[in-house]
Amino acid sequence: MTPDHPALHWSDASVTLGQRTLFRHVNLTIPTGSFVAILGPNGVGKSTLMKTILGLQHLSEGSVSVFGGSPEEARPLIGYLPQRHHFESSVSISGRDLVRLGLDGDRWGMPLPFANKFSASARAKSAQVAEVLEQVGATSYADRSVGACSGGEQQRLLIAQALVRRPQLLVLDEPLDSLDLPNQVAVAELIATISNVHGVTVLLVAHDVNPILSHLDQVVYLAHGGVLTGSPKEVITSENLSALYDTPVDVLTTSTGRLVVVGQPDAHGGHHPHLGHGNHHGHAG
Amino acid sequence: MSSPVVSLNPWTDLSTMWSYPYLRNALIAGSIVAIIAASVGWMMVQRRQSFLGHTLAVVSFPGASLALLFALPASVGYYGATVIAALIARQSSDAQTADDRQSNATIGTVQAVALATGLLVISRSSSFLTSTTSLLFGSFLGITSNEVLLIAVVGVVTGVVFIAIARPLLLATFDATEATAMGIPVAALNVVFAVLLACVVAATSQITGALLVFALLVMPGATAQILTPKVWKGCAISVGLGLGILWLGIGLSFYLPRLPLGFCVTSVGFFAYLVSHVLVALRSRPHLQGNVA
Amino acid sequence: MTASLSTTLLAPFMVNAFIAGTAIALLTGAVGSMLVLRVELFTADALSHVAFTGAMAALLLGLVTGVGLLIACISAAVVLALLGRRIGRSDAAIGTFFAWILGLGTLLLSLASTSSSGSTGTSSITVLFGSLFSLSSTGTWLAVIGSTLGLIALGIVLRPLIYSSIDASIAQARGVPVVGVSIAFAVIVGCATALSVQAVGALLFVGLVAAPAGAAMRATTNPFATTALSMGLSVAAVWTGLFLSGMIPSVPPSAAIILVAAAFFGTAKLSESLVARRAR
Ligand SMILES: Nc1ncnc2c1ncn2[C@@H]1O[C@H](COP(=O)(O)OP(=O)(O)O)[C@@H](O)[C@H]1O
Ligand SMILES: [Mg+2]
Repeated sequence: MTPDHPALHWSDASVTLGQRTLFRHVNLTIPTGSFVAILGPNGVGKSTLMKTILGLQHLSEGSVSVFGGSPEEARPLIGYLPQRHHFESSVSISGRDLVRLGLDGDRWGMPLPFANKFSASARAKSAQVAEVLEQVGATSYADRSVGACSGGEQQRLLIAQALVRRPQLLVLDEPLDSLDLPNQVAVAELIATISNVHGVTVLLVAHDVNPILSHLDQVVYLAHGGVLTGSPKEVITSENLSALYDTPVDVLTTSTGRLVVVGQPDAHGGHHPHLGHGNHHGHAG
Repeated sequence: MSSPVVSLNPWTDLSTMWSYPYLRNALIAGSIVAIIAASVGWMMVQRRQSFLGHTLAVVSFPGASLALLFALPASVGYYGATVIAALIARQSSDAQTADDRQSNATIGTVQAVALATGLLVISRSSSFLTSTTSLLFGSFLGITSNEVLLIAVVGVVTGVVFIAIARPLLLATFDATEATAMGIPVAALNVVFAVLLACVVAATSQITGALLVFALLVMPGATAQILTPKVWKGCAISVGLGLGILWLGIGLSFYLPRLPLGFCVTSVGFFAYLVSHVLVALRSRPHLQGNVA
Repeated sequence: MTASLSTTLLAPFMVNAFIAGTAIALLTGAVGSMLVLRVELFTADALSHVAFTGAMAALLLGLVTGVGLLIACISAAVVLALLGRRIGRSDAAIGTFFAWILGLGTLLLSLASTSSSGSTGTSSITVLFGSLFSLSSTGTWLAVIGSTLGLIALGIVLRPLIYSSIDASIAQARGVPVVGVSIAFAVIVGCATALSVQAVGALLFVGLVAAPAGAAMRATTNPFATTALSMGLSVAAVWTGLFLSGMIPSVPPSAAIILVAAAFFGTAKLSESLVARRAR
């Protein structure tokens, strides 16, 4: 909104679930318009950190501001894609109707039948839905039921659903999960384009950093109860990653200057960080 | 038959109960049924098929009333109806659990059709009221020795089948893809389990009535699931709970004859369920995982 | 034949049955489509048995049966909705609660039949299987008013309800009060159960919510259209069932309604698999 506010700012933020502290005294700033990846081992609290932006998870200490305001105030500006399993095959809502719910699903009441025939605003909304479906390349299967769509198609429809209100901030929790490699690249490309063209701030939780590495402005590693952040070149080094994941990780630079992470730590799955180490990796953003 | 005399000395009372053939039959048949219902019901809970289980239980009512109409043995009605309903409900869905919209709707419809048929049949008979009530709410104490024999045979057969398929079935329940990859015939197993469930329900509903089968089927499994996340331990606990619930229930209604048996059994089961929730909550309190919205 | 048929169809009890039946069908059709979407038919099944227990309790306490039904159904629906949030939507938990409610129902039934006159047996059967043909005109008006209120309430929460049923976390992030909406829906389901127990009875209720909605779900991929279609099929089932039952007096109306609704469901299923086979 106001250019002098960063898109996101956590100050001294901690989250404790029951007796377990996921992260403590996190200070992190995400400038407006940047494309940021959140990385870290499974179960470290990446999804929880995303939920603090939406007001779905309260901080036990500290504060988070979204465009200078509270998460609740910023809700209309945020598009959210939760980490998810896929829709069951019996979910019989069409992709178009799903995206439409993203536009007005929080409004009480119900749509009038044949509203498009006599209401200009209803036609405008339908056009907006059609436009965003086109943008993510989902038009051809938008009228099938989402249960009958493939995982990649469902993911694109959900991204369209998050985009349809033209949000200022996109919070995407593992959007590339379970896509094949060409689809990962295509979806990453799409999100980066949206970020560049419309100046949308993107926060993206990822398992595998390689498909998005070339688009990133900033990476945030969450591990050992704190965060480590900076530009990809600064942060993605063999030493950092090996320390974060407690396992040897190599970072190579290709002849064209691209970074490639080898020995991808997430292959180990279920790897739990040590807790209670405070924020010895914590850095101000 | 004369009513047994209650002495409040459990041992004398047990031998008193044992000396009445109808009570002895009830105890034997009930114990067999409790064991198989608790083990198969435990699997039903793991597979989240309680709705199917309840529907099969309800289906035994029209089965029995149809058998009544055509002067067939009641057992034919019970087993026939539940097995047919299980096959219809299973055939209609390729998903392995009942937690699926399509099969959910099918199961609900099958249940209502069965009940409507039962109503249709039984409303023509002169003894509408009494037979409906006894079919729905059971005649626990009216079991003959022949029926005990049938229940014993069914118990052994279903027990053997259950033990044979339990392990692959459990894998198919939690990871159907993996199970298929290992060469387990997942679809066939689903059908076999549905038929197994149907047989157990038929055996159980003959003694407890259509509406209360469900108690012996779901309560031990649900309670065991709370007490332990370990699978086979859970199954064993479930069987123990099933027997315990039934015996305590019978005992309670023996001492308090004004309380119907069905109420006693379900109350003991519900109590066990609540207590285990409290126990687990207390046990995990020191390192409680806060339940966040 | 035609003369006697028209007298039957125009008899006051038949007119009452048609009016009340239509109102209830509209509500159960709409509620049913949401229950199918939310995979909550088992909860509805449990609620209908709560209705039985509630009616027996009312009988015992000397209350009007309808009041007992309504209180029992709404409070149980809200308890199940809240429980579902705390311990996850566990069908084993619903089943356990449900089995105990049935046990409680047998206790109340036996208490009522020993303490009061012989009418208990009949009223328990009425609650179990419904009695659309014996509705008074007051009962008819109650059904119409109750269904209208239920439909208005459902209309107000419908869109957020669909949104949170498709994906609760997205809806919540958008500011939909997911808990409030599901409690409101629980209250509506409780009312619908209590009302339709008069029409088709506690035992057949699940069919009235499952069959038209299950058939409608196969026909369209727009949730609002599914709801409307389900309401239409439900009304069609009630009318056809009442008509059949009027023609063949030995067929109880509730059985006829359920069998017609199930025929719709079967037809939808069959035509879907035929279409799928042709596509292959
Ligand atoms: N409601 C909850 N209560 C207790 N612990 C939870 C709850 N939700 C998540 N957790 C725990 O918090 C940790 C972080 O979860 P999450 O943020 O989903 O991790 P990530 O997205 O990094 O894989 C996990 O260990 C998880 O088990
Ligand atoms: Mg996560």
